[in-house]
Amino acid sequence: MPVKDYLRLRFLPHIWCPGCGHGIVMSGMIRAIEEIGLEKNEVVVVSGIGCSSRMAGYLDFHTMHTLHGRALAFATGVKLGRPDLTVIVPMGDGDALAIGGNHFIHAARRDIDLTAVIMNNRIYGMTGGQGSPMTPQGMRSTTAPRGIADAAFDLVELAKGAGASFVARTTTFHATELTRMIEKAIRHKGFSVVEVMSQCPTYYGRQNRLGNGVEMMKGFRDNTTSIGSKKREARPDLIERGIFVDEDRPVYSPEGLKAD
Amino acid sequence: MDKEGKVVINREWCKGCGICVAFCPEEALILDPEEKAYWAHPEKCKRCGLCELRCPDIAIELVQK
Ligand SMILES: Cc1ncc(C[n+]2csc(CCOP(=O)(O)OP(=O)(O)O)c2C)c(N)n1
Ligand code: SF4
Ligand code: SF4
Ligand code: SF4
Repeated sequence: MPVKDYLRLRFLPHIWCPGCGHGIVMSGMIRAIEEIGLEKNEVVVVSGIGCSSRMAGYLDFHTMHTLHGRALAFATGVKLGRPDLTVIVPMGDGDALAIGGNHFIHAARRDIDLTAVIMNNRIYGMTGGQGSPMTPQGMRSTTAPRGIADAAFDLVELAKGAGASFVARTTTFHATELTRMIEKAIRHKGFSVVEVMSQCPTYYGRQNRLGNGVEMMKGFRDNTTSIGSKKREARPDLIERGIFVDEDRPVYSPEGLKAD
Repeated sequence: MDKEGKVVINREWCKGCGICVAFCPEEALILDPEEKAYWAHPEKCKRCGLCELRCPDIAIELVQK
């Protein structure tokens, strides 16, 4: 069925700015769910707070719009109570890695069967462009108008180190890859992390003179490459896209807890 | 490719970001004077569906007849 049929039409058009990447991620997520063939009743979307987190309001599944940074804690509860349901957690980089960083590493360590889709726009969009733990060194935000001195997290390395059993990265430019990766992440049993490099033209783009949504997506096209590509020999600064971890491990479950 | 399909734009939802226009491989789309996407060159369109995949506003759809 068309993507529109998975949306709560009374809330559309959505509030995201022109050219914001989050809508591309929402559309990719819907296509992935459609491809797997899940019924609306079989999916729970749990989000925190942020522009990205508003996705839970638009999607016509079971949805919970919870507290900033705490979505994974709520999602863990849902999954333990109803292991038969597919639980997806759309997150912002601030939501997942600043206020929610502790929930994130422990959800990964426990390897609970959830899918975290992290829209990494390298900024706090909703609150006006403050820096996040994903703002790269030297880049500007309202909290670091001359550029941030701190180093950013590498989300893929962080998720790997914390124990996630599926870790992937893509961008809003690579829309076909995006759908395919979210599909694989949902099918995977265990904690799945998909980092989607997304654009916030309104704050991150403007503050760093990166242009509008189109220009920022050209940046994703020109500054990323597939894992293992030869292009990185000449340009080691290219960010890798692809699936970094995909391991089958026993999954955390209420049954497992009961076993002594 | 199915040359029968049609690209349909929802003008109520389109925010004129220009993403579909910029990345259409066949230059089949334009932004009209009201800053809405417009399927100006159906004859060039290959019905690849990329515009639909990349639209952040779910405002453009490749509809198969
Ligand atoms: C406990 C708490 N602290 C702070 C806030 C304010 N707040 C709302 S959204 C947000 C950050 C949003 O950034 P991100 O998660 O990266 O999502 P984006 O808006 O960029 O999609 C903050 C700090 C809040 N809502 N609740
Ligand atoms: S402020 Fe940034 S993240 Fe929020 S809707 Fe606008 S472009 Fe998107
Ligand atoms: S279907 Fe493909 S060729 Fe046709 S308008 Fe859309 S992007 Fe362009
Ligand atoms: S990508 Fe979507 S919102 Fe942007 S101009 Fe095209 S139809 Fe309009």
